[in-house]
Parts: sequence; structure tokens; C-alpha cells
Amino acid sequence: MSTLLAAAGSLEPAVRSFLSPTGQEIVFLLVGIAVLGAAVVSVTTKQLVHAALWLVVTLGGLAVEFLLLTAEFIAWVQVLIYLGSVVVLVLFGLMLTRAPIGRSPDADSGNRWVALAVALAAAGTLVTLVVDAFRTSWIDLSPGAGSTEATGTYLFRYWVLPFEALSVLLLAALVGAIVLSRNGKGRIPRPRPGKLRTPVRSVTAASKER
Amino acid sequence: MHLAYPAVLAALLFCVGVYGVLARRNVVLVLMSVELMLNAVNLNLVAFDAWLRDALHAGQALTLFTITVAAAEIGLGLAIVLLVFRTRGTADVDRITALGDPAEAADETATEEAQAAA
Repeated sequence: MSTLLAAAGSLEPAVRSFLSPTGQEIVFLLVGIAVLGAAVVSVTTKQLVHAALWLVVTLGGLAVEFLLLTAEFIAWVQVLIYLGSVVVLVLFGLMLTRAPIGRSPDADSGNRWVALAVALAAAGTLVTLVVDAFRTSWIDLSPGAGSTEATGTYLFRYWVLPFEALSVLLLAALVGAIVLSRNGKGRIPRPRPGKLRTPVRSVTAASKER
Repeated sequence: MHLAYPAVLAALLFCVGVYGVLARRNVVLVLMSVELMLNAVNLNLVAFDAWLRDALHAGQALTLFTITVAAAEIGLGLAIVLLVFRTRGTADVDRITALGDPAEAADETATEEAQAAA
């Protein structure tokens, strides 16, 4: 454990104080407050479409946090996949389930206070634990650790097999989503050769229209 | 940068997601809260990758995989939600109780029938 800690960045609690933050930390803190506020609004607002739009703010702010942690490629993947596709999917899901546009008073279920108690208890426990454990840990941020070149190197040199397995998983999810959302009743009977089901007149009319 | 900042932010974001999953009634909003929780885990993975300076970059690779799995999850989840909405006419978690306790379900159908009769 001590060798792991020694290898993992320097431990200099005397030099790095929380009272003299660096510029990166200040930016991280400000963006983090914005992210947290947007997330809270997103899970508490009564307007369902607004919740999805506040989710955009949260995920975009998290992309900025990834940039501050020198994970550039992941930041842009976050923007592409989360802001580009997941939020659009969520908005389509809200529309297709006929979510009300205005305020919906029954957006929260009856066990809201139990949920609030559970969330506050979990937050208190986790924050106490994390602060106590990592109070003195310091990240030496050096640019280039998450660039596209480095990402391609580690992804296709060390993680090729999981990568390919994941592509198979995506294909399975695609097929599953298509099978689930296919409407089974609206199957069009295919006319067999020799037995024309539609009247001849309409077929000739259709061919004339073309 | 202190490791405590991203770790605390990730913990708080995860708890906001927990609140959303437990308190929301619409299925799509529950899925959104699940996305929040997954993103908190992503932030943790990226921060610890930058801290540990792993030669394999396991944290960032796992983050990319998590993002992909989350995209697949929300696609499949929304397909299931739409199917449930088409067959049951509701996207309300509290009212989809077909797999729940039979006694409670019987009670609920009784109250629904009473409401319909009234």
C-alpha cells in the first residue's frame, strides 16, 4: 500500500494547503458548483422538459471538469455522446410518452422525503469518508495524459479486446432496441408471385402515377 | 489539484442522482438520474486516473467504456419505456406494478376500479 501511495503522486500536506488554491482549483470549484446546482435543479424541477435541459448544463459542465483534469478526449466524447445523443434520446422519450409541457404537480412521488433522507445520509457518509481519506492527496496534472494520441495508444494497444467486446455489446443493444420498438401488428403481408392480392386496376394506377 | 475536490464533487453528484432515482415518478426522469450517477462515477475514474498515473490508463479507458455502456443502456431503456407506455398507457413508475406484490396490486386495481366507478 505504501509503495502504491508513493508511486501515486506526491504527498506534501505542508506545502499544499486548501487555503491557497491554484487557478485550476478555483475554476474546478466554480464549475463544480454550477454542475451541482444544475443537477439539483434537474432532479427537483416540476417541468419535465426543463429537467432534460438542466441535464445538458450538468453534462456540459462535467465535460469542462474532464478538460481541467487533462482528459481532453473524454471531454469531447462526453460532449458528443451525452450532449449529442443521450439528451436528444431523453427528449424524444419525454415527447413520445406525452410528457406535459407545463408544470406537472405529480412529478415527484410520495416517498420524496424518504429519498431526501437517504440521499443526505449517503452524501454525509461519502463526503466524510472521501475527505478523510484523500485530504492530503495531490494530483500532479501534466498536459497530454489524455490527448487523442495517448488515448489511441492505450486503447488499441492494451484494451483492444474489451473494445471489440463493447462493439459487439453495442450491436446487441441496437438489435434489442429495434426488436423492442418494432410494432408487431403493423406487418404488411407480402404478395406472393402468381397470387396478386391487390386489384389490377389500382396497381396500374400506381404505376401510372410513377 | 487536490484529489479531494473531484472526489467530493463526484460523491455529491452521485447522491443527487440517488435522490432523483428514488423521488422521481416519470420513468424517463429516473433514467436521467441514472445518467447523473454514471457521470459521477466517470468523474471519479478520470480523477483517480490522473492521480495514479497508471501506465495502462485503466481509468480513462474504463470511462470511455462506461460512456458507451451508458449510451446502450439509455437506448434500450427508452425502447422498454416506450413499449410499456404503448401497452399500459402510462410512464409512471408507481403505477407499473404488474410484477409487484400480488396483494398490493390487487389493492391498487381495486382502488382504480373504485375511482373509475366514481
